[in-house]
Amino acid sequence: MDNEKLSLPQYDIPDDVQNAVAITTLDRLYNWGRRSSVWPLMFGLACCAIEMIAAQAARYDMARFGMEVMRPTPRQADLMLVSGTVTKKMVPSIVRLWNQMPEPKYCVAMGACASGGGPFKEGYNVVAGIDKLIPVDVYIPGCPPTPQALIAGLIKLQQKIDKQSLRKVHWYRKGPDVMEIPVPILGPDLIDPRRNAEIKSAAAALATKESA
Amino acid sequence: MMTAPASTLTVDLTQRFPGIVSADARPGYSGFIVEKDSLIEVATAIRDEFGFDLLTAVTGVDYFPDKMEVVYHAYKTTGGPGLVFRVQVPRVDPIEVPSLINVYPGADLQEREAWDLMGIKFTGHPDLRRILMWEGFEGHPLRKDWKEPFYEEDAKPFKSRWPDGRFTMAEDKNPFKDNLKFPQDFDPEKWTPDNDESLYQTLKRYTVKDEDGLETDRIVVNMGPQHPSTHGVFRAAIMLDGETIVGLKPVVGYLHRNHDKIGERNTFLQNMPYTDRLDYFNSMSNNLGYAIAVEKLMNIPVAERADYIRVIMAELSRIQNHLVFVGMLLNDLGAMYTPALYAFEERELILDIFEAVAGSRMMCNYLRFGGVVRDVPPYVLQKIKDLVFDRLPAKTDEFERLLSENEVLVSRLKGVKVLDAETAVRYSVTGPVLRAAGVPYDLRRADPYSVYDRFDFDVAVRPNGDMYDNYAIRIDEIRQSLRILQQAVKQIPDGPINSQKPQYQVRVPAGESYGRIESPKGELAFYVVSNGKPNPWRYHVRPASFVNITALEKMCIGTKIADFVALLGMLDIVMGELDR
Ligand code: SF4
Repeated sequence: MDNEKLSLPQYDIPDDVQNAVAITTLDRLYNWGRRSSVWPLMFGLACCAIEMIAAQAARYDMARFGMEVMRPTPRQADLMLVSGTVTKKMVPSIVRLWNQMPEPKYCVAMGACASGGGPFKEGYNVVAGIDKLIPVDVYIPGCPPTPQALIAGLIKLQQKIDKQSLRKVHWYRKGPDVMEIPVPILGPDLIDPRRNAEIKSAAAALATKESA
Repeated sequence: MMTAPASTLTVDLTQRFPGIVSADARPGYSGFIVEKDSLIEVATAIRDEFGFDLLTAVTGVDYFPDKMEVVYHAYKTTGGPGLVFRVQVPRVDPIEVPSLINVYPGADLQEREAWDLMGIKFTGHPDLRRILMWEGFEGHPLRKDWKEPFYEEDAKPFKSRWPDGRFTMAEDKNPFKDNLKFPQDFDPEKWTPDNDESLYQTLKRYTVKDEDGLETDRIVVNMGPQHPSTHGVFRAAIMLDGETIVGLKPVVGYLHRNHDKIGERNTFLQNMPYTDRLDYFNSMSNNLGYAIAVEKLMNIPVAERADYIRVIMAELSRIQNHLVFVGMLLNDLGAMYTPALYAFEERELILDIFEAVAGSRMMCNYLRFGGVVRDVPPYVLQKIKDLVFDRLPAKTDEFERLLSENEVLVSRLKGVKVLDAETAVRYSVTGPVLRAAGVPYDLRRADPYSVYDRFDFDVAVRPNGDMYDNYAIRIDEIRQSLRILQQAVKQIPDGPINSQKPQYQVRVPAGESYGRIESPKGELAFYVVSNGKPNPWRYHVRPASFVNITALEKMCIGTKIADFVALLGMLDIVMGELDR
């Protein structure tokens, strides 16, 4: 472990034990462990996923930041990298995967599509950004973001993890462990169950507008 | 060089079928119009008497407000020009056209797509379900009178984007404040979703009764859409008897990004960057296919230097695609990561070249109608030379040394059947999979485009159609591509890079065109219909991956589930192109 990163500078450590002792906080130790082993879900949606693979390959080598262990199962993953266009047909599966991931978990929207629909925003089968359903921690712009940009985004996520405190994080507090997001339903169009009432009243308003 | 003239008619169907078939007389169109009721008879004759054994594309065109048309493109696997025939029906629901699935089984998924997106009912199709959208979706999106939730105007550039110099959000104009569209008085609580019931219903027909009266349970295994080996968001519902596959249905559409609909709102040039995102491994060759289709329609020549640059880029693209194919195939077979890392190392070098000429590693948007957008600077040409004369041949040898005679690989792949020649042709399979089954059908030779006729190269073929041949043919093709590249970089002439002036809006005369190229995955074609306006009336992509998976069920039935991932890998699908 890197002494500089871990030790709190406010505490003077005598010279003779410099290399043997470190004084730090629990938060720092905890976050240092988590930020250095973020395991992403092996999950690719579209073009951006290819740059994600390139970022893992020899030239860019994401492993340098402790993020190379892609897990095919959501149960073992900490990070959902939404790498590509989110379609209405796919989004129920994405939300289900997210619900299956244990806390603490993070979501990174990679690319223009995942952040806001991108070039396909006006498409009838496209969800304009994953943040309509899942809370996003870091957005990475680009179409596709270069591997460098992806790594920069993941370093941003590490900085975010560094700032979290054991006392405040919600997964150690009372209440349900995970906050489940209701899975959208494929109807005549995508139905988000949280918006049922709103959809119903807007559809009713359509009818009155038509008859008027 | 001029683009190839519109294919001359080699057959005259009107004499064979007087009164039933008539020549299409509309300016800019070619081919024949067939009476709906005789379609099957005529198609059978086209296949058996005239020898057009490969039906490459089936697509609908909505001639709003009076007609719907289904267009068929048939070719001979021995090469030569194709035959276009079409059926026209009045545009009143139900719109019914006989299904050609019994004549050309390759029409299966394409007919389902036309049903899904255009609402054309193919009578006699055994499994006419929606394919790209889900059961229960409202409307048929590619009809001209169907408007998407974020609809603004019929054609871009939208004036409504900047009223009074201020931008407006599409969300604010939609009654549901999102990319949503529900029928009047819709109540989400009363809705019962399909939940794939109709899909599982179709798998039931494979259940055969056990002779001994023993009840055997068959299980359905769903693979995907989230699975590490399905190359993206592909899903297959597989019916298993023990470990043997007895039924399989591909479920696609999880990456359906509405290329066709968006493409019909765009201007012709605006579609170029969208083609990048079809087969996102090969944006250069996608550009080429689209450019060829539109150039045919515009009837303009391509600058000679640009033609060479196009060939160089398309072949470099093929090499990196096949390298990644080999790496990913071994991934699927269980040799996790290492071979893929080798492949990606070479791929990066080729992407460097794309980035140098086009400005982007993956989404190149490099071609323009009549040429290319930027010249290749001398230092990049030098880099390409280094690659194609030294580095890549040596690396291909290394791949071969490590893999081709590797005992584990050989015993895993040899003798595992993928497809035989006859089935492959019947199911409209194209590309390396067809050639590995012994059919030497390569569009660069069979229907030459660009300047491929100037190069000396062989069409790679392998006789057995097993997994090993499917692997080996990719290596063969890398070698042939290197041969082409070596000639092209030597012969490339100086001169202008575009025969036209740079322009944002191109003038495209009315008519139709079908531009096709040999993409690394098979035949990639663009079917474009113009009515003289700045945006295409119909823009249809005929992707290799989508049509190739028509044969997937046939390939897999009778094999073990353990081979499924490898068999799927052989088809080299990419979801951006498959779902569009
Ligand atoms: S942001 Fe661009 S590269 Fe990424 S998935 Fe969307 S279209 Fe593809």
